[in-house]
Amino acid sequence: MVAGKNIFELKDFSFYYGDFLAVKSVNLGIEARKITAIIGPSGCGKSTLLRSLNRMNDLILTSRVEGEVLFHGVDIYRKDTDVIELRKRVGMVFQKPNPFPSSVYENVCYGPRIRGIKKKSQLDEIVENALVRADLWKEVKDKLHESGMSLSGGQMQRLCIARSLAQEPEVLLFDEPTSALDPISTANIENLLQELRKTITIVIVTHNMQQAARISDYTAFMYLGELIEFGETDTIFVNPYNKLTEEYITGRFG
Amino acid sequence: MTETFRDARAPIDALRKRGRNLTESFFLSLIRLLGSVGALILFAILFFVAYNGIHILSWEFITQPPLDAMTKGGIFPVIVGTVLLTMLCMIVVMPIGVTTAIFLSEYAKPGLLLKIVMMSIYTLAGVPSVVFGLFGLAVFVVTLNFGMSLLAGSLTLAIMVLPYIISTSEEALKAVPYSFKEASLACGATKWQTIRKVILPTALPGILTGAILGTAKVSGETAPIMFTAAAFFTTGLPRSVFEPVMALPYHIYVLATAGTHIEETRPIQYGTALTLIVLVLGMNLLGIILRSRQRKKRAW
Ligand SMILES: Nc1ncnc2c1ncn2[C@@H]1O[C@H](COP(=O)(O)OP(=O)(O)O)[C@@H](O)[C@H]1O
Ligand SMILES: [Mg+2]
Repeated sequence: MVAGKNIFELKDFSFYYGDFLAVKSVNLGIEARKITAIIGPSGCGKSTLLRSLNRMNDLILTSRVEGEVLFHGVDIYRKDTDVIELRKRVGMVFQKPNPFPSSVYENVCYGPRIRGIKKKSQLDEIVENALVRADLWKEVKDKLHESGMSLSGGQMQRLCIARSLAQEPEVLLFDEPTSALDPISTANIENLLQELRKTITIVIVTHNMQQAARISDYTAFMYLGELIEFGETDTIFVNPYNKLTEEYITGRFG
Repeated sequence: MTETFRDARAPIDALRKRGRNLTESFFLSLIRLLGSVGALILFAILFFVAYNGIHILSWEFITQPPLDAMTKGGIFPVIVGTVLLTMLCMIVVMPIGVTTAIFLSEYAKPGLLLKIVMMSIYTLAGVPSVVFGLFGLAVFVVTLNFGMSLLAGSLTLAIMVLPYIISTSEEALKAVPYSFKEASLACGATKWQTIRKVILPTALPGILTGAILGTAKVSGETAPIMFTAAAFFTTGLPRSVFEPVMALPYHIYVLATAGTHIEETRPIQYGTALTLIVLVLGMNLLGIILRSRQRKKRAW
């Protein structure tokens, strides 16, 4: 892998909750415009690692990091980092769809609005664009002013994706985005991710190994806070280098 | 083997369960009984006041000032006084209460200081209202020289109801799901933007319900206004916040205990009491309906 293509570069990155070391000295590169999947048994630090990429872990008062997370070559844990700008460029979609209790329209233009965009025509355009990209426009174009919470689970999750897309992010982080969804909604989201990959870098945490195998270009396998193996998805699933990885993907534990 | 074991235990299980059901149904009946006693007392009071006061209630009664040494006429300035006291009190207490609640739920770091602040608030909520009255007398009436006035009374009421507003607002803020906060921050919102655009609007119905129930509390209080705002009799409506006002609870107290016309004014006493009860119960009812509707409507 060529270092220059990596949008994120983790260098000896460790994450502590208080005294508890949740991510242990991880070295990892995330290539631009590819899908990188993070897999591993529950509690192994996948979410922690993912949330370190847009500093969502800042909310936890007792947390502490060591090492570096380079975004375009700059460490985002430097003191002078503009976390607001970082989170605009590195968006996040959560496990449980979490639209705001407002209309579909207001949900999507939440980010643009807080950045001071007021013009109706401009907001309309942003909302339509984002909903089209999230493959939701056809389903909601007649109920833009109905509550975002009245949608189905899969639609809500795509609404959350649209809300992130409205910010024109470079990277989207997904934390088990389909684990609360039915198989059809899951397939829709997987197709959507394939489409988004053409323009956006995607990092996805998933519990579902088939999903990682289906959609990702690279896979990282974590175990007890450590990055055990990282490589092209085809290699990892067909010919894993590490014994633990092999045991995990063949379903012998997890 | 396992089967026999289970069979042997079965009768014991059944026995234990029945014992539990017995105690449970005993306590359930007890709770029902005590609950009905409470409701019965409420209805008895309502009936008593309504029975004695309803015949005096009229359009004139609520729109005219008292006449002939308060033995005749209505209670218009008394109603206006209570409304003004309550409104001014809420105008003062809401911004302070909600701001404090935001600070406590969103900014304060857990620790000794926060614990002390919370303890103080809870303790303040348990202080008898006459103590607030004396405090208001000392601070607003005397030290700040507001005199017996609408302003002094409202501020005293505000201090009294502040802990209640803080705790209901804080509860409403805390009930906003963490996932909304996360979603907002992940969109690149600042903490303050998140509070203003997501947390406050989501908590607003709960905060308003607290405000309505607080209003009901305040409008029925006598002790805090007795030394700070309430006048025995005023010739008209107050022209500024530095003038004393008449108020419903105090009016009842005055008519029933002072002066030479205690028996003659009985109907007016009951009429005033009925007005006050209708006002307070009405607001409480509104608050309770709003609260239960929010709980049902809540989609998260
Ligand atoms: N806020 C927190 N405070 C303390 N420990 C935490 C916190 N969040 C997660 N952990 C711990 O960190 C470890 C990794 O958690 P997480 O990253 O959520 O795992 P995963 O997403 O792989 O299931 C777990 O052992 C978990 O208990
Ligand atoms: Mg997780």
